[in-house]
Amino acid sequence: MNVQFRERAETASSTEARAQVKTAIADCDIHPARATATELHPFLASRWHKHLETYGKHPYQGMMEGPPYPKAQPNASRRDAYPPEGGPQGSSLSFMQKQHLDPNNVVLGVLNPLATGQGIRNHDLAAAICSAINDWQIDKWTSKDSRLKGSIVVANEDGPTAAAEIRKRAGDKNFVQVLLLSRTVEPLGQRRYWPIYEAAEEAGLPVGVHAFGFGGNPITASGWPSFYIEEMVGHSQCQQAVLSSLVLEGVFERYSRLKMIMIEAGFGWAPSLAWRLDKNWKRLRSEVPHVTRLPSETIREHIWWTTQPMEDPERRDHLFDVIDWVGWDKLLFATDYPHWDFDEPSRVLPPGVGDANREAFYLGNAKTLYGLA
Amino acid sequence: MTAPVAGGVDCDLHPAVPHLTSLLPYLDDYWRDQVTTRGMTDLVSQSYPPNSPISARPDWRPARGKPGSRLEDMQAQALDAFGVRFGICNPLFGVQMVFSEDMAVAFTCALNDWLVKEWLDKDDRLRGSIVIPIQSVEKSVAEIERCARDKRFVQVLMLVMGDLPLGKRTYWPIYAAAERLGLPIGIHAGSSYHNPPTSVGWGSYHIEDYVAQAQAFQTQLTSLIVEGVFARHPKLTMVMLESGFTWLPPYLWRLHKFWRGIRMETPWVDRAPLEIVRSNIRFSLQPIDAPPEPEVLNRLFDHMQSDELLLFSTDYPHWQFDRDAALPEGISSDLVKKIMIDNPLATYGRLKEAAIKETMS
Repeated sequence: MNVQFRERAETASSTEARAQVKTAIADCDIHPARATATELHPFLASRWHKHLETYGKHPYQGMMEGPPYPKAQPNASRRDAYPPEGGPQGSSLSFMQKQHLDPNNVVLGVLNPLATGQGIRNHDLAAAICSAINDWQIDKWTSKDSRLKGSIVVANEDGPTAAAEIRKRAGDKNFVQVLLLSRTVEPLGQRRYWPIYEAAEEAGLPVGVHAFGFGGNPITASGWPSFYIEEMVGHSQCQQAVLSSLVLEGVFERYSRLKMIMIEAGFGWAPSLAWRLDKNWKRLRSEVPHVTRLPSETIREHIWWTTQPMEDPERRDHLFDVIDWVGWDKLLFATDYPHWDFDEPSRVLPPGVGDANREAFYLGNAKTLYGLA
Repeated sequence: MTAPVAGGVDCDLHPAVPHLTSLLPYLDDYWRDQVTTRGMTDLVSQSYPPNSPISARPDWRPARGKPGSRLEDMQAQALDAFGVRFGICNPLFGVQMVFSEDMAVAFTCALNDWLVKEWLDKDDRLRGSIVIPIQSVEKSVAEIERCARDKRFVQVLMLVMGDLPLGKRTYWPIYAAAERLGLPIGIHAGSSYHNPPTSVGWGSYHIEDYVAQAQAFQTQLTSLIVEGVFARHPKLTMVMLESGFTWLPPYLWRLHKFWRGIRMETPWVDRAPLEIVRSNIRFSLQPIDAPPEPEVLNRLFDHMQSDELLLFSTDYPHWQFDRDAALPEGISSDLVKKIMIDNPLATYGRLKEAAIKETMS
C-alpha cells in the first residue's frame, strides 16, 4: 500500500522489480474518474442536469458531498496520481497510460467506475446516471485505448431497469462485465436482484461485486463504527454476507452459468466462510432445500477474486496455503489504480510461485474469464 | 478420537431458562405483576430457535422443555462426559432484546439470581457469567459489582450484535469495572436484533443469521482494537464465545495491513493488532469451521501462530460435533492440555484461584 509517493533509490531489488513488471498483466480493478462535474452532461438528458444541481444525488447516506467516513487521502487516491493538466486522480487517460498502463505493461485493464448511479434512492435518476456512465466509458476510455474494457454499471436497487441496461449493452465488446457494489439495501442474493443475474447470464457476462457503496445499512451488525479503517476492514465482512446470501438464496442453482467476481474485498476469508457455510448447511438444509450443493463447491465453481488489497501474512507459506484452498485459477490480479492502497504489480506475489501459476495470476485467469483468451 | 484430559474447563455451557415465568420468584412485585398482567411472552431469541437443529444435538434434546433446561442432563451429557473440573454457564436468555432499560435491569438481575440458585448452588463445578443490562451502561456496571461479590461469577457476558460497536467509548465504564475486578469480558454469538444482522440488511434465513455471527465477531474485534480499548485497559481479556476462529488469521492480515496504512487515524493503537489479539483476546474452541482433515486444521493452527488463543468448549447443548468428538482429530496431547486446562486457567483469574485453593486443601 502506498500512503505517500516517494522516490526509491536505485537498488538491486528495484531493478529486479522493473525487470519483472515487463511481464504482461491484467489489472482487473482500475477506477476512472470524471475530470469535471459536467463531464457526464453530454450523455445525460438535460432534465437531470438541473435536478442534480438542485437536489444532488440523494443517496442512501446523509452527506451531500463526499463519503460518510473521510478517506485516508483526497479522493482515496495516490497523491502522485494527479494528472498534470488538472482534475482528480484517474481522470486523464494520457496520464493513466503514462503512469500506470505503459510502465506496468497492463495489456488488459478493467474499468470499475464507483461514482455512478448505484446507491441512489431515486431510481429514475440512478438509471439515467448509470446509462450515462456506460456511454462515457466508451467515449472517454475504451474507444481510445483498446487495452481498457468497461463495466456495465446498473441501477442496482431496481432489478428490471438494471436488466434492461444490461440487455441494451449485451454483445458490445467495450464491456466485459456487469458491475455491482457490495453495500446494498438488501443482501444481493435476494429476489429483487435476480433480473440482473438473469440478464448477465443471458449476455454471457460475469457480474463483479466491488466493495463499497450505499445501502442504508450500518457496516456492522451493531450499528455505525467510528473510523474509516473500520469501514475499510469491514468491506470484507460485508462481502462475506453478500456471498452467503448469494449461495443460500440459491442464485447459482437458478443461474447455473453465472460467474461472479468479488472485487477489492480480499480472498483470505473465503476458505473459512466456505467451511462455515458447509457445516451449517449440513445441519440446516431443511430450511434451504433450494440449495442443492455444498456451498464450498458452489463457491469454487462460480466465484473469482481480485487480489488487491493482497493478503499479506508474515509467512509466505500461509499465503500459499490460502491460495491453494481458493484456487490459483480463480485469482485476478488488480492494482486499484489510482487509489491510495494500490498494489504494485512487481511486489504482490512473494518468490516461490511456479511460472504457470504466476502467469494465471497476473493475466491468464482474467483473459479466460473475460473471454479474451 | 482425540481424548480429553481430566480436570479441564468447559468455557461455554448454556443453561436455559425454562420460561420467563421461571424468573417470577426473582422479580419484585412490580415486575412480577407486569409479567402476568401484560401476558408477556417468553424471551426466546431468533438466534437459537429451540427446535432448530443447531440449538440442540439430537441426542442431547430433552423429551420435553428447552434444550439445556435440566441440570441432570448437563451433568451427564457435558460435565461428566468430558470430565471437566469447571464449567462456565453462559445463559442466552433474550434480555438484550428488551427496549426498556428498566425492564432489562429487572429481568437481567433476576436471570443472574436464578443462575446462582438453580445451577451454581447445585453443582460446585459450575461457574457463571454475569449477564448485564446493556441497555444502560451505568446499570451494567452496578450489576457487575453486585454479582462479582460471588466468586463463582468468573466473567461478564455480552452479545456480539447490539446497539453500537463494542469498542465505542460509551461502553468503557463496563470494561473498567471488569478490569478492576479481574473479570474477562465474554462476547457470545447472538443479537439484540436492534440492527440488521449483516451490513447489507436482513437475510432471508436462520442459517444466514448464524453464519453472519462470524462476521459480527470480526467487526467487533476491529472496533475494540481501533477504538483503543486495550491501550486504555491493558489487563482486560476478552473471550470470543461460539465465534469460530478459523477466520482469525486472514482477518488479522487484512486489519494489520490497513492499520499500517492508516494508523494516523487511530494513533492511540500503539501495538500491532496481532500482538493485541495475542495478549488480550481468546476464543472458545467450538464451533470449528474447518474441513475434517487433520492436516488442514493443523495448517490453520499454524496460521494462528500461537497455541494460547483457544479455550475448550462444548457449546452444550448446541450441535457443533457428534459423539464425544469435542476436540478435533490429529492435535497433539500438549495442545489438548493447553486448550483444556492451561489456557482457561490463565484467562479466568477466579478459576485459577479456585484451582489453587482446591489443590491446597
